[in-house]
Amino acid sequence: MIIYGVALLSVSLIFGMLIGEALGVMLGVDANVGGVGIAMLFLVFASNSASFKTLTEGAAGEGIKFWSAMYIPIVVAMAARQNVAAAADGGMLALVAGIAAVLVSFALVPVISRLGSNNGEAAPEKEVS
Amino acid sequence: MELIESVFIRNNLIVAFAVVGITIWVSYLAADKLTNGRIHGSAIAIALGLVAAYFGGVATGGTRGVADIALLGGVGLMGGGMMRDFAIVATAFGVQLGELKKAGLAGVISIFAGVVVSFVVGAAVAILFGYTDPAAITTIGAGAVTYIVGPVTGEAIGASDAVITLSVAAGLVKSILVMIGTPIMAGAIGLNNPQSAMVFGGLMGTTSGVAAGLAATDPKLVPYGAMTATFYTGVGCLLGPSVLYFLVSALV
Repeated sequence: MIIYGVALLSVSLIFGMLIGEALGVMLGVDANVGGVGIAMLFLVFASNSASFKTLTEGAAGEGIKFWSAMYIPIVVAMAARQNVAAAADGGMLALVAGIAAVLVSFALVPVISRLGSNNGEAAPEKEVS
Repeated sequence: MELIESVFIRNNLIVAFAVVGITIWVSYLAADKLTNGRIHGSAIAIALGLVAAYFGGVATGGTRGVADIALLGGVGLMGGGMMRDFAIVATAFGVQLGELKKAGLAGVISIFAGVVVSFVVGAAVAILFGYTDPAAITTIGAGAVTYIVGPVTGEAIGASDAVITLSVAAGLVKSILVMIGTPIMAGAIGLNNPQSAMVFGGLMGTTSGVAAGLAATDPKLVPYGAMTATFYTGVGCLLGPSVLYFLVSALV
């Protein structure tokens, strides 16, 4: 049943969000701390575990794969509802601050990635960019 | 005309599916025919979305891009936080636990490094532009973290409305730039495996930017980047009005 997979996905997100919200309250910040990330972990555990097979295999799995495939269209819609006009109106300060932050962060990606791969073995499996 | 309008508005989410579908079809066609596949179709679609959002915002004076145009209101729901988070979580289906563990420590380091580095850069720019008030400097620095951390911090430490708006704008510039820049920079920064994608998500942190940027680079990397990115805003909201504000106050 397709709905089993969709339901598993929904339950993962709801629990993740609840925990993220609770973490935010505990830490005293007005934000959801990692709710989506925690939800993703739930789904990863479920799809790697044998006891959730009915919810992740066959038609049920298709229910999750459908939403995974809808991801790019949803991101396109998300791009179309960004407040681009305000970003463009923010003036030089906003522009310079945003650009500088991105450039420095980009430059740090290879540096910190190297920390992760034990003794510098990078895994350069070539992907199309 | 009125008839069309009422059908479109009553079925606005369905209209959004159709409009986004057509946009993606046109984008993939353009990617194939005009760029010979060198630019990914989804990158073109996202760029088209941003351009449309700009004109939507200018035309309506609203804050939600195209979604403020009544006929396209469904784009707001389709591209809103709820659907975005649902689809992001779905991309984690099929992720290997082993890949997550391999990048675990670097992922955590990247989140803290990302927040602090973006903050310092933003704060430095604010000082360069002549700001001397610690609350203003902190808020603009926090805006360079993400456009959510900026206002959360600004309101917590009592920055002026104008400064808070600036911080949102800085965060938006960052988010949009990550969307556009990621596919272009991916080769140069070694963004081609799950580990570097997790580090990337942690460093950039803007969930929308990371999600769209990775989707346009290689959709397989999305779950890894998104996983770390979703912790970033929380860490930013935690550090911004506290440690980072105290540091700025002590130094300025």
